[in-house]
Amino acid sequence: MTLNPDDWEVIRLSLKVAIVGVLATLPIAFALAYALARGRFPGRILLDAIVHLPLVLPPVVTGWLLLILFGRTGPIGGWLDRVLGVTLVFRWTGAALAAAVMALPLMVRAMRLSIEAVDRRLEGAARSLGASRWRTFATITLPLSLPGVWAGLVLGFARSIGEFGATISFVSNIPGQTRTLPIAIYTAMQLPDGDSTLVRLACVSVALSLAALIASEWLVRRQGGRAHVL
Amino acid sequence: MSFDVEVEKHLGDADIAVSFRSVSGLTALFGPSGSGKTSILNMIAGLLTPDSGRIVVGGELLFGDGVDLPPEARHAGYVFQDARLFPHLKVRANLLYGARRGVGALGLDEVVDLLGLGALLGRWPRTLSGGEAQRVAIGRALLSSPRFLLLDEPLASLDQARADEIMSMIERVRDELKLPILYVSHNRAEVDRLAASVVAIHR
Repeated sequence: MTLNPDDWEVIRLSLKVAIVGVLATLPIAFALAYALARGRFPGRILLDAIVHLPLVLPPVVTGWLLLILFGRTGPIGGWLDRVLGVTLVFRWTGAALAAAVMALPLMVRAMRLSIEAVDRRLEGAARSLGASRWRTFATITLPLSLPGVWAGLVLGFARSIGEFGATISFVSNIPGQTRTLPIAIYTAMQLPDGDSTLVRLACVSVALSLAALIASEWLVRRQGGRAHVL
Repeated sequence: MSFDVEVEKHLGDADIAVSFRSVSGLTALFGPSGSGKTSILNMIAGLLTPDSGRIVVGGELLFGDGVDLPPEARHAGYVFQDARLFPHLKVRANLLYGARRGVGALGLDEVVDLLGLGALLGRWPRTLSGGEAQRVAIGRALLSSPRFLLLDEPLASLDQARADEIMSMIERVRDELKLPILYVSHNRAEVDRLAASVVAIHR
């Protein structure tokens, strides 16, 4: 089995969309996880619900909401278009945004569990040794919650690679821009002569997912084997 | 005047109210477990906020009259009962965690000799016995250039031989470094040997 240039384009695009989407979400997801784990503010339950919404909403609805908000005439999309000259609709950047939104709840969950597991008495010990709040966060809280950050990255990446519904309804199915792996597989299923493409891309999906899981196990082991993704 | 403490705190269904002054050297807080001794240390270290009161140590106002210094500005050398070493740092990095605060009275080599930590420097905290962890915790507190020491039952997890050694070390710190020390214990013998003044806490 050999992959043709079209297959490679799909794989490259999928990896680019997933990696950019997940890395751009990482700081936002960690900040949300920290706020939900530690914060006591009004509206925390509402924020929690909003973060989890993409997990329970039909992905098509999420994609449609993204289209309303980030479309060229939408409140956020219009601003991006006028002020920054950035268009998301029908572009790979839009596919990355859809992947990011769908990955966000999984990433926040994994990181939040890890932050909640940090022994806060260790932070008190660091403070009494002369560390400021910020240094305590950087040298104690953050390193101790790293297993959750790794888990969140892997889960988010796997979710992004598989993202279909929100992507196709937000940025459609455009070769080279938004035709990621699942959408290419779906397209192949619609074509009478698409069988061989279907088999090749399905094998690639299995290989990518396995690689992500093995990578996460390896990371967990290297950390001393506490927070398993599986 | 080393410690001048008067604090009140309502905590759960317990009321802690304590008032004491000590002149110098080592002051023992003596009382049964559950009488709020650790909470008093936490208030002096700045990890727990009193409802009201005043805390002055070594002439410096730490709390009261509108002042509430954050823990990192109090320069307490706090040795917790459970050692509380940082699990992601090896012993050496634990010892040096607070050492960048300034040039201390003690250097790493001196503390390592004093507490017999030489063989432990490259180890992870989870591989240490209770007594070893406690010695590292004491070393970590001493290396942070503290202005006073808070010791919460530091001998509780040590065998008798090691406890005697640590007690001599505490006496040396008390006499040579002239650091005010507040020492929590429920062991009469320890208190009699070490303390210049004793504050008895009742439930």
